[in-house]
Amino acid sequence: MSGGTVAEPVRDPGLQPERTRLAWRRTTLSGAAAAVLGMKTALHGGVSVAGTVACALCFALWLAFLLLAHRRIRALASTAEPAALTPRHATATALLTVALAVCAAALVF
Amino acid sequence: MHVIEFVRNVRLWFAPQQIRQEGGTPDYRFSLANERTFLAWLRTALALIGGGFAVDQFLPDLRWGWRVGLALALLAAGVLCSLRAVNHWVRCERAMRRGEDLPVSRFPAVLSLVVAVVAVAMVVVVLVGWEG
Repeated sequence: MSGGTVAEPVRDPGLQPERTRLAWRRTTLSGAAAAVLGMKTALHGGVSVAGTVACALCFALWLAFLLLAHRRIRALASTAEPAALTPRHATATALLTVALAVCAAALVF
Repeated sequence: MHVIEFVRNVRLWFAPQQIRQEGGTPDYRFSLANERTFLAWLRTALALIGGGFAVDQFLPDLRWGWRVGLALALLAAGVLCSLRAVNHWVRCERAMRRGEDLPVSRFPAVLSLVVAVVAVAMVVVVLVGWEG
């Protein structure tokens, strides 16, 4: 652990930060797929006010997810040995997923 | 028992400093591996939610009850899966800080069984319920 100089940070041979970054990307992509399905459901059978609101909500949830992922990816890239994910960050991402499911349940009914 | 433990953990979700006070900071690679596992569970949850939407959208000829029932079952599984993902992540993070064994869980087995049951139900419904 004597490496990590300012000029040339030691690169993790297991590429753990990179793998974690890609995991965030994959998860954002999965979220996009779910959100697009939600927007399709919302606008199915003609445009209505409720449908448009639900569609916007799905998109907003995905945008929030993208923002959280972006912040975490920036944190991962900033140092050679990034700090662990904070519980608040993890909870926020999980709650966004739950919100999407609640939105879905409202749409299905 | 499990419920009490779960409620106790919920407080930890929002209180990073409480976790940080316990034990020592583990190797950052272990924390990142834990984070990736959490994200993998979150993807599973998103896939279940997407499946709920898909049942609603792509099986329009089903009877209303079956369609909504299947979709809601998948959505509920997605909600459970994502809440469990944070909870398990917190438990693993805490166990690593304390130097304890990682927590074991019955959830993967339960989820597999639920997915299997839903899949069988979908096969039955698609074979039997078209004219419904």
